[in-house]
Amino acid sequence: MIVPIIFLIICIAGSFFTGLPFSFLFDEMVIRLARNLILVTSLILPVITGLGLNFAITLGAMAGQIALIIITNYSIGGTTGFFLSILISTPFAILFGYLVGRVLNKAKGKEMITSMVLGFFANGIYQFVFLLLCGTLIPVKNESLLLSNGVGIINTIDLANIKYALDRLIPVTKYPIATLLVSLLVFLFLHFFLKTKLGQDMRAVGHDMEIARVSGINVDKTRIISVIISTVLAAWGQIIFLQNIGTINTYGSHEQVGLFAVASLLVGGATVERASWKEALIGTFLFHLLFVISPLAGQNLLGNAQIGEYFRVFVAYGVIGLSLVLHAWEKNKARTRLREIKE
Amino acid sequence: MDLLQIKDISKSYEENRVLKNVSLSIKEGEIHGLVGENGAGKSTLMNILFGMPVIHSTGGYEGEMLIDGKPYKPTTPEDAMAAGIGMVHQEFMLIPGFTITENIKLNREKTLPTFLSKIFGNRLEKLDTEAMAKDAREALKKLDMDIDEYVPVAGLPVGHMQFIEIAREIDKSKLRLLILDEPTAVLTESEADKFLEVIKKLSQMGIAILFISHRLDEIKQITDSITVLRDGEVVANVKTDEIDVKEIARLMVGRKVELSKKEDEDRGIKDENILEIKDLRVNMPGEEVKGLSLTVKKGEILGIGGLAGQGKLGIANGIMGLYETSGSIVKDGKELHLNNPREALKSSIAFLSEDRRGVGLLLDDSIEFNIAFSSLEIQDNFLKQVGPLKLIDKKKVREHANRMIEELDIRCTGPKQRARALSGGNQQKVCIARALSLNPDLLLVSEPTRGIDIGAKKLVLDTLVKLNRERGVTVIITSSELGELRQVSDRIAIIYDGKVAGILPPDASDEEFGLLMAGEDLKKVVN
Ligand SMILES: Nc1ncnc2c1ncn2[C@@H]1O[C@H](COP(=O)(O)OP(=O)(O)OP(=O)(O)O)[C@@H](O)[C@H]1O
Ligand SMILES: [Mg+2]
Repeated sequence: MIVPIIFLIICIAGSFFTGLPFSFLFDEMVIRLARNLILVTSLILPVITGLGLNFAITLGAMAGQIALIIITNYSIGGTTGFFLSILISTPFAILFGYLVGRVLNKAKGKEMITSMVLGFFANGIYQFVFLLLCGTLIPVKNESLLLSNGVGIINTIDLANIKYALDRLIPVTKYPIATLLVSLLVFLFLHFFLKTKLGQDMRAVGHDMEIARVSGINVDKTRIISVIISTVLAAWGQIIFLQNIGTINTYGSHEQVGLFAVASLLVGGATVERASWKEALIGTFLFHLLFVISPLAGQNLLGNAQIGEYFRVFVAYGVIGLSLVLHAWEKNKARTRLREIKE
Repeated sequence: MDLLQIKDISKSYEENRVLKNVSLSIKEGEIHGLVGENGAGKSTLMNILFGMPVIHSTGGYEGEMLIDGKPYKPTTPEDAMAAGIGMVHQEFMLIPGFTITENIKLNREKTLPTFLSKIFGNRLEKLDTEAMAKDAREALKKLDMDIDEYVPVAGLPVGHMQFIEIAREIDKSKLRLLILDEPTAVLTESEADKFLEVIKKLSQMGIAILFISHRLDEIKQITDSITVLRDGEVVANVKTDEIDVKEIARLMVGRKVELSKKEDEDRGIKDENILEIKDLRVNMPGEEVKGLSLTVKKGEILGIGGLAGQGKLGIANGIMGLYETSGSIVKDGKELHLNNPREALKSSIAFLSEDRRGVGLLLDDSIEFNIAFSSLEIQDNFLKQVGPLKLIDKKKVREHANRMIEELDIRCTGPKQRARALSGGNQQKVCIARALSLNPDLLLVSEPTRGIDIGAKKLVLDTLVKLNRERGVTVIITSSELGELRQVSDRIAIIYDGKVAGILPPDASDEEFGLLMAGEDLKKVVN
């Protein structure tokens, strides 16, 4: 509980120095919540299943980008384009999730670091495919997508075709109503899901793999399904994120997804072992509030916006590092804790 | 036809051959006792029968098993469950963070179809929490358990946990054979009696029971036939009527077992208090202490007895600060900080908890490390100074471990063996060794001989007495076995309703003890 409170205090103090009008902050926060919530939510199931923070949602983000590049290649836009990209991303995400799940099952107890490394590894393959294979082995129809020499996808892809496709699907206010509704649906789904048999199995596996196994639960399969759902949600989340932003940074957009989502969740007070939609919501809100105000606060306080920028990167990594250290420390303490030595 | 036949089963863990051509068979509704010393191979045989992963990850087994005359080859617990076999393991198989209902219905949850389950299969059916709670209540009722089914298992008294495990098994509708691996080891005598009633009821319903216990009277009382294992071999396979307890014990151990009697001696305990407890209140669920006062003399062995649930277990847990405590505890004239376990350990108090099945040992570390660990951690023992550094004195640790292994007869391949590879009873002996290694001047032991075979029981009690006589350690021993208390104690305090009902000398009559335990006011309270 202490982490979100600290962040709240920093945010309140910071917003005092920015001098931004409340209405601006409010609008900005609604937009940011809408575009980030699903990405952060995608982390919850692996935590519940005992896999810790799934940094490998990066692969889900890649699946989303693959789908977006495909529809851009065929110049399909608008609502159709958006839903088509959701549809296309899903099988990719399922495949990636399956592979990640398989690997994580081989690395029990070291899931977090493994998922992080998997993210880097997948990034290598991703670059290989889009830089070298596209335009050579993989035909690309839309030539504006290719670099000038005809090999490799360009650095920045304009998504004008599907920009705001979801955000403005229900055009009642200036707010992204449809996106918020979808986020709500995802929350409701998660809530429902945790009350199903499969959800219960995931909780059991998360609490104690050994007991779950002896009770006849297929532990490995349950873990894989958890990772698959996480990856699919991440793919959809990334598409929703990018339709709001309007451009893809082909080789960069996915890189920070895992990092920022994890940091958001942790800021909300989640731990490596416990997370729910509440932490996702609170965390996303606080983390992005900090994002909005820190450059301005830096500017006003120290006369340098760059300092604020440093500060938020520092915070993202700091929060993750700190909570991982705390986790390791807790684990180590468990060895010496009195429950263990009292005998 | 026999429900289950086991034929010529053999099993090795690496070089160690722990089962040699074991055969036995069980009829429907039969209660079959399985006895043997710690490490004789009982749990291993049951693990084979239940398809436990540990068997298959260590190279499987030889021999064959038949159910209803048909070959039965379980490779997972699921196979066993499908064949109608249930098992209560020696170590707890409950998820602490789950509620009682969730544990009882683990992987057998009641569900209702949903829209999604029609598309994605029945794992997406919704949990029917009400029906689950109802089932749980019914199963608990069969065991006469009056407890809310929605509380989490964490923090419940050990005895309750055992009943919950059993409730889980009897909730299985197809159950034909129930394996009970030392189910009564963690129960008090009265709980155990209740438990045995339930077992009889189950067998009358046609469920066969395979029953492992170190309490031989229990075995004698409840089983129809008995198999005795010694060093992994069947040494006897008899009808229960044809054998008496002494003979069973002899067969188990392979020599005659003498149960030691207390000799008369002048103890000359000085009138100096090591511990003064005033108005102690301990909030331990199921074992609350409610304003208890007690003084302990330096150098004595004080027994603490009483029925289950009256609070006797709460006392030691409170002194150690493991449950919320209030009141005043003075040790050696100094006030002890309450609710602070580390402080208690630093004040040279060591504790052997009643709750030590599975928990407490670092299972993947060696025996010697486990024995020396707490002492090293808390008291900086077993260290040697090398220049500016303090290093672990490996030689000292090794010597100490070897001595403990010998004194307590820990059956192992050596001090470097991993704790996980020990049988349940031998793991407990390691726990005992660890408490002894803390060099305490006050040792609190709770239920020290639970789950330990009769031969080793004597060793454990003898060790406590020796520690007391030779090193002057004051011992507070809490036990639900009155016989055990009378064997070693100088005085015995009986706890009733969270307070001391009275203190008796060990040679007081059964009647006096009985009255105190029932909470009757006894005029002739001694001392
Ligand atoms: N996982 C394992 N790896 C290696 N050896 C093992 C393992 N489990 C048990 N053993 C060894 O097998 C032998 C039999 O152990 P088992 O647990 O079957 O004994 P037990 O009869 O159940 O004893 P207890 O009454 O103490 O529970 C012991 O010597 C033990 O050290
Ligand atoms: Mg055993």
